[in-house]
Amino acid sequence: MSWFTKALSGSVGKKLVMSLTGLFLILFLIEHLIGNFMLLKGDGGVAFNEFAHFMKHNPVILVGEIVMFIGILLHVIDGLALERKNRSARPIGYATPNKSAVTSWTSKYMGPFGIIILIFLAIHLYDFFRYKYFSPVDNMPGTDISDLASLVYIKFQSLVYVVFYVIAMIVIGFHLNHGFQSAFQTLGLNHAKYTPAIKFIGSLYAILVPLGYALIPVIIYIQNISN
Amino acid sequence: MNLTLKIWRQKNQQDKGGFKDYKISDISPDMSFLEMIDVLNEDLVKKGEDPVHFDHDCREGICGMCSMVINGRPHGPKQAITTCQLHMRSFSDGDTITIEPWRAKAFPVIKDLVVDRTPFERIMQAGGYVSINTGGVPDANAIPIPKNMAEDAMDAAACIGCGACVASCKNASAMLFVSAKVSQLALLPQGMIERKSRVEKMLMQMDAEGFGACTNTGACSAECPKEISLTHIARLNREYYSAKVYSENV
Amino acid sequence: MSKILDSKVPEGALAEKWSKHKFNVKLVNPANKRKYDIIVVGTGLAGASAAASLGELGYNVKAFCFQDSARRAHSIAAQGGINAAKNYPNDGDSVFRLFYDTIKGGDYRSREANVYRLAEVSNNIIDQCVAQGVPFARDYGGLLDNRSFGGAQVSRTFYARGQTGQQLLLGAYSALTRQVANGKVKLYDRTEMLDLVLVDGKARGIVTRNLITGKIESHSAHAVVLATGGYGNVFFLSTNAMGSNATAAWRAHKKGAFFANPSFTQIHPTCIPVSGDHQSKLTLMSESLRNDGRVWVPKKAIKGLSAKDAVSLPEEDRDYFLERKYPSFGNLVPRDVASRNAKMMCDEGRGVGSTGLAVFLDFADAIKRSGKDVITAKYGNLFDMYQQITGDNPYEVPMMIYPAVHYTMGGLWVDYNLMTTVPGLYAAGECNFSDHGANRLGASALMQGLADGYFVLPYTIGDYLANMPNEKVSTDHEAFQTAEKEVKERINKLLSVNGNKTVDEFHKELGKIMWDYCGMSRNEEGLKKAKKMISEIRKEFWENVNVIGDNHEMNQSLEKANRVADFLELGEVMVDDALQRSESCGGHFREESQTPEGEALRIDDMFSFVAAFEYAGDNQPEKLHKEDLVFDNVKLTQRSYK
Repeated sequence: MSWFTKALSGSVGKKLVMSLTGLFLILFLIEHLIGNFMLLKGDGGVAFNEFAHFMKHNPVILVGEIVMFIGILLHVIDGLALERKNRSARPIGYATPNKSAVTSWTSKYMGPFGIIILIFLAIHLYDFFRYKYFSPVDNMPGTDISDLASLVYIKFQSLVYVVFYVIAMIVIGFHLNHGFQSAFQTLGLNHAKYTPAIKFIGSLYAILVPLGYALIPVIIYIQNISN
Repeated sequence: MNLTLKIWRQKNQQDKGGFKDYKISDISPDMSFLEMIDVLNEDLVKKGEDPVHFDHDCREGICGMCSMVINGRPHGPKQAITTCQLHMRSFSDGDTITIEPWRAKAFPVIKDLVVDRTPFERIMQAGGYVSINTGGVPDANAIPIPKNMAEDAMDAAACIGCGACVASCKNASAMLFVSAKVSQLALLPQGMIERKSRVEKMLMQMDAEGFGACTNTGACSAECPKEISLTHIARLNREYYSAKVYSENV
Repeated sequence: MSKILDSKVPEGALAEKWSKHKFNVKLVNPANKRKYDIIVVGTGLAGASAAASLGELGYNVKAFCFQDSARRAHSIAAQGGINAAKNYPNDGDSVFRLFYDTIKGGDYRSREANVYRLAEVSNNIIDQCVAQGVPFARDYGGLLDNRSFGGAQVSRTFYARGQTGQQLLLGAYSALTRQVANGKVKLYDRTEMLDLVLVDGKARGIVTRNLITGKIESHSAHAVVLATGGYGNVFFLSTNAMGSNATAAWRAHKKGAFFANPSFTQIHPTCIPVSGDHQSKLTLMSESLRNDGRVWVPKKAIKGLSAKDAVSLPEEDRDYFLERKYPSFGNLVPRDVASRNAKMMCDEGRGVGSTGLAVFLDFADAIKRSGKDVITAKYGNLFDMYQQITGDNPYEVPMMIYPAVHYTMGGLWVDYNLMTTVPGLYAAGECNFSDHGANRLGASALMQGLADGYFVLPYTIGDYLANMPNEKVSTDHEAFQTAEKEVKERINKLLSVNGNKTVDEFHKELGKIMWDYCGMSRNEEGLKKAKKMISEIRKEFWENVNVIGDNHEMNQSLEKANRVADFLELGEVMVDDALQRSESCGGHFREESQTPEGEALRIDDMFSFVAAFEYAGDNQPEKLHKEDLVFDNVKLTQRSYK
């Protein structure tokens, strides 16, 4: 192994990868959310479709997309490796759980949350790739822009799918609640002045962003019923 | 006080081990937790049974030898003390108390509640020192050290090496232990010379011993009898990155 | 000077003895050092520093400790600080003043040359520790801070919060650890020394027991260093760690090393009182508490007076006995005086608490005078510790304190080179008797342990080794085989008694006798009675002790039994020594020897000697040898604190 891969394969190195990819994915969530909000514009999905079209044809974004998929992949691979290592570090557990409330409970289940998110992501990406490469979507009338929005509107008419989506967002919220501030701690950024702010912003982010995501299918579903 | 004790008994490293219940009566609230076990052991010896083995020495919270998980918490229900400093007035009549050894792959049970903590020794041997020989050192006041830095270093140096951090961590990670030493020596000018190789070697040894990785849960610091802060783990991380980027160890 | 006891103090002026001696000692060629093996037993301040320094020089060192890590030796529990004659505060300290204070504090029962050397190397210790990364307290300018300690008139005590012993030990431990990593020291943890092996009259190895597997093993070397600490646990209750024991020193004594001044025990006045029969050890609280706390008992005996009820006791019914008897020093009289007076109050029936064996240490006036915040800043952690242990809140009710055994000044007799009467066997730290006379000053134990290990033994052992061939003795040698056999027989004997009493019961009985008759104050009648009682208990021990389990696995009852068996022998020699020394000096108070005011009276023309006891065989009286103490540089005075 080179010094570089060695540096990243130790337990702190792996954590560094988790932290950097995690922060990158946190940023991506905002970009994605902005796009999603366009579904609520009430223009039949035109803005959303134009946004998606722009994203699909901008070379910078395309490179970003590849980086993002590598990021997800690394986050998943290292996350699984760490989870495995951590579980094997205590082959015999305690008979009594530690009931002290001093640590946040979300931090204890990052692995399980991650796996639920991974399942959600698998379904999500399955759709993404299917429509992107294999079963092209119809264009919006009179344009060369794919009408992805209509697909989304149809998907969100299913109560099962909406509930699944909302649950996944709650889990992402939990994952972010610890992950956000943990990423900074892993980077070594722990400071008496700034850490409380990081924790506050992290918790806020972990509530607002998943809430934003979850609202969209709920609103669409309700709109659809009331129509 | 009358109590029921549920204690992990294991004859030796090979034995599978299991819990055994003991009833114990007339316990004074003024007794220390370990004195309560002394009383139990005197009873057991009288009955011709093998007493419960546990590590303990100074019984004043500084040697780091005592190591019990009491009702799921290393060193028991109170913050910032060791098991030997815990007193029975923290419990109530009729309580059932579960007592287990530290649990970690790196800390195998030797007997009953006694575990093998030699991995900590090897981590220290990997670099937890300043490489100077006796004699030939400069005058103690030759290098002034800012008071707050000396205090920070002292906060880290307060580690007693008991292993409660490992025992409490859901990943059985030894990061708090390693960070305490790395941080102490990174804060002091005396530790600067070997700063980079120290953090690299100590972490490498930590990984080799089979401890888990840190997930910043914070249980270690919460259960640490000396309240060593997570800021030392953050500093350890910084030291590691800087060592990996700048050191010439390929 | 007695013929057998040659102290080997070098000729010349006091201040030049050590320098000259360092020049005169023979050196081992650097290339030859690796041909010599040295065993160091114990990894406290003295042991760890010696093992590390000898390893650095190139010798092959084997270090042993009974704990699971070298870092846990009981030096770690020292709170207050370490003295050195740096004179950083510019308040008139000097090597000579530190020497003088130590000799005087020891009530003129220690050897001038050794004490002077201790003061001389004290400064190097601080330099060494700082270089290791010991985080001593510092001032705002970044330089080291000092405080005055134990009534010293200069500020010469360096400290690291209330954990100085811990920090110094971790420094020595890190140096030791480095040598382990370098392969120069092989560390045997959870291993206890059970015998010393002599070949041709010289110490050539030890026999040990692995505390995990029970395996009895032999280790051969060219020299053996014992740094195994003190024997305060003879008293059962002391501030020592549970595992602190005298076994290594005692077995060495039985192989020919003389035991010096065994009766010199330091009893510390500010400990948390015993709360009941279950008590397993005593907790010391810093002496600094007496700077602000006032010590008192009720004027008239009140049975079972609790701290809560004491608050409402009117001033006129209280007796602040230290302030009354010692108006100029008040509550700050030295340790032995404070301890003895507390005992006197309790003997008069005026003791407080449920046991009647405690006196109050009251902060009510200090809190009224300086405010609670000031008191919290000074003693907050001690108050917390007190509340944790007793359940009482010292901010609201007075603390209760009682004296407890803390340190043993006596130990294996050593000459100026720290060699015992067995050639090749050295003793360092609390294990030897050398530097503290009849009473140790605060913050001097850490100084002595590190002085011996870092700066004395590396020179003096070299001198011994340079004079001997480097051939190794095989552990197959008859002497090792015999020693192993004896150790095994003794263990089997302990395991086969199958009696009715536990080891702790014997230990508690012994402790009570020692405390009652050979504790804070001693008299001929009591000592004679104690001697008889101890020998009876010892006899009963071997007929009626119950040790559970076997020798092939971890067996903590067996470990304890082994140690208590030795305490039972050592206790009797302590009594012998206390009997023969019919003067009062330092921590040793003989009721027959006191001034009309009831203070300790030293008798210099009769007792200016070190009493060294020679083992003369099982159940034989020990033979007393005397090393006369000569004082050329200090004038002997009686202490007075009126």
